[in-house]
Amino acid sequence: MSIGTQTAQRTVTVAVRGLTKRFGARIALDRISFELYAAEVVAIIGPNGAGKTTLLSILAGVLNPSEGEVIRTPDRRFGWVPQEPALYSKLSVAENLRLFARLERVADPDQAVAAMLAQIGLEDRAGEEVARLSGGNQQRVNIAIGLLCEPPALLLDEPSASLDPRQRERLWEFIGGLAGRGTTIIFSTHNVAEAERYAGRTLVLGDGELLFTGTPADLERAVSGGDTTLDADTPRLAGDFESAFVRFLHDRGH
Amino acid sequence: MRWLLVKDLQILRRSPLLVGLLVVYPVVIALMIGFALSSPPGKPTVALYDAVRTGRGAVSIGNQQINISHYANQLFQSIKPIRVTSRAQAIRKVQDGQAQAALIVPADIVSQINSLITQGVGNPTVELILNSRDPLERQFAQQAIAARANQVEQAVSKQVLRVAVTDLQQVLNGGKLQFLGQSVPLLGLRNARAIVQGTIASLPANSPLRPALKQVVDFADLASGGLGFASPVLSSIGSPLTIKQTELTGKTTPSASYAAAIAVIVSLMFVGVLLAAGLLALERSEHAYSRLVRGLIKPEGLLSEKVLLAAGAATGVTLLMSALVSLFVHLEWMRFPLWLAALVMGALAFGALGVAIGGLARDVSVASLMAFVVSLPIAFVALVPGDAVSGTLKSILDAVAFVFPFKAALQAAANAFSGTAPGIGWPLIHLAVLTLVFGALARLALRRFA
Repeated sequence: MSIGTQTAQRTVTVAVRGLTKRFGARIALDRISFELYAAEVVAIIGPNGAGKTTLLSILAGVLNPSEGEVIRTPDRRFGWVPQEPALYSKLSVAENLRLFARLERVADPDQAVAAMLAQIGLEDRAGEEVARLSGGNQQRVNIAIGLLCEPPALLLDEPSASLDPRQRERLWEFIGGLAGRGTTIIFSTHNVAEAERYAGRTLVLGDGELLFTGTPADLERAVSGGDTTLDADTPRLAGDFESAFVRFLHDRGH
Repeated sequence: MRWLLVKDLQILRRSPLLVGLLVVYPVVIALMIGFALSSPPGKPTVALYDAVRTGRGAVSIGNQQINISHYANQLFQSIKPIRVTSRAQAIRKVQDGQAQAALIVPADIVSQINSLITQGVGNPTVELILNSRDPLERQFAQQAIAARANQVEQAVSKQVLRVAVTDLQQVLNGGKLQFLGQSVPLLGLRNARAIVQGTIASLPANSPLRPALKQVVDFADLASGGLGFASPVLSSIGSPLTIKQTELTGKTTPSASYAAAIAVIVSLMFVGVLLAAGLLALERSEHAYSRLVRGLIKPEGLLSEKVLLAAGAATGVTLLMSALVSLFVHLEWMRFPLWLAALVMGALAFGALGVAIGGLARDVSVASLMAFVVSLPIAFVALVPGDAVSGTLKSILDAVAFVFPFKAALQAAANAFSGTAPGIGWPLIHLAVLTLVFGALARLALRRFA
């Protein structure tokens, strides 16, 4: 399947084939394959050390895989939002955005900065030093930088880890809007409830292996051995999914 | 790279404490060195062994006497003497570091001076042993002693000249000579010639005495003419005293400009290494590194940007510092292009060392601490004088100094400032190679960032 191909009305944004990453003798990722589609929101979940950040780093181009390949549209970089806000605290919000717009070789950096400020709702704080912003607002600027090159996919590494519930709610609202406009969203998280609530699909990693790919409901079904009383249309408690996730990992020795 | 450079300059502009420290620190060092070099120094400690027995320090010249002890007292105004009882003890004081120099006056100095004056034979010599470990202290002690020794020389030669010229005038023109308490009349060559000339005139034309007396007159003419030139010839003989000095092997740089070069290179090192290490570590502590190297800029480009910025800042600050130092110390402005070459190449090497350190550090504070911890020993190792340590340790220190830029930068700057140190070509090549080596090490270190 080639990138951009539409399958059942879905466009493939990226295809991952046999991805392996080794750090010395340790295997961080072991022959992982999957596809991502346009406008899809995908959560990567798994225990600590499962390989979530490594997978995102390879997709972002920060790390090179030891084996396998990531197939995507040539000359189109993905947006990358690292876990910690990757911003220069001594520069203002606008200066940070302008710097990365220039480094991304955006045709009209000033226009792109204005558009991003509007999109993240920080026009009135454009001249303020990033160090003075709240964690939530820093994360919004962090995401805005990832979006400057208008990427087909946005990669977020635990985007809500340092945010309070209100800030988290606003973040997911913003990300939902991006997906609604056709951007593929793939994020890692420890928060299983968040994955269940906002992701259309989950990738479960354990010790570098891709253990599961499917919707949260699919995961619960897999755990309950095909119990169809829990389907995607059935309202569930967040705890149910978390319990299913823990049980799923436990059953597979993780 | 241009936008990263602009970004780093913006960050520096908003860090007044850091920039202030980077500018003020070298300027304060320059001023301190300037004041230290321009202020009158205290007295150097000198181990003094005077073998001349008490009461035997007078030199008789004609009917006058020169008391050497009078000039010794003048010397003591310029030094802090430690009197010792043997030459070996004097040398030990220097070796132990208790004295900066030793001055040895031999027992035969007075007889040697007398022999030189009365017979023209003799070599009155005092021995000066200098502690060469510190070029500044060495020059300080040498100057204090040499100035006083020169006074003794001047005094002796003046007295000799005065006596000799008086005697000559009497031989030429006649006068009175004091001998055994009595005044004895002295005819003088010119008076004798006049008498003989008068005698010749009174003799008959065919007198057989005429040719003989004519020979006496001719001799008197020749002698008067010759002795008439004797005074200026005597004036040119002005150094009856020899100072035998222990010399250092190899070329040396004038101490003042060498001290200036040390101050400038220490500042070049701190600004270059700290800035490069800190700016690179900042990319990590701000979590921007991973974002930058995923296609926005190559790691080599990022390293080059940091090295160039740090080198530019270090060169600018130390050029300003050199100009300030030149108010106190003579630096050759005619050699300015060489100053620039030495400082730019040194700054690039220090910048490369800085990014190698910054590549290993996880944040700015760790990078700064590492830069400081590495820089101080590098300077220390390069400044340890070779004769202060054993042969094996010297080889080790030389090897360590060789693989870091401080010594090569110091040699280049010392040559650029005064032109008297060993050539500048090799240190510049050495610095260029070190820049490439540390740049490559920094590139390897950056792998840890990912």
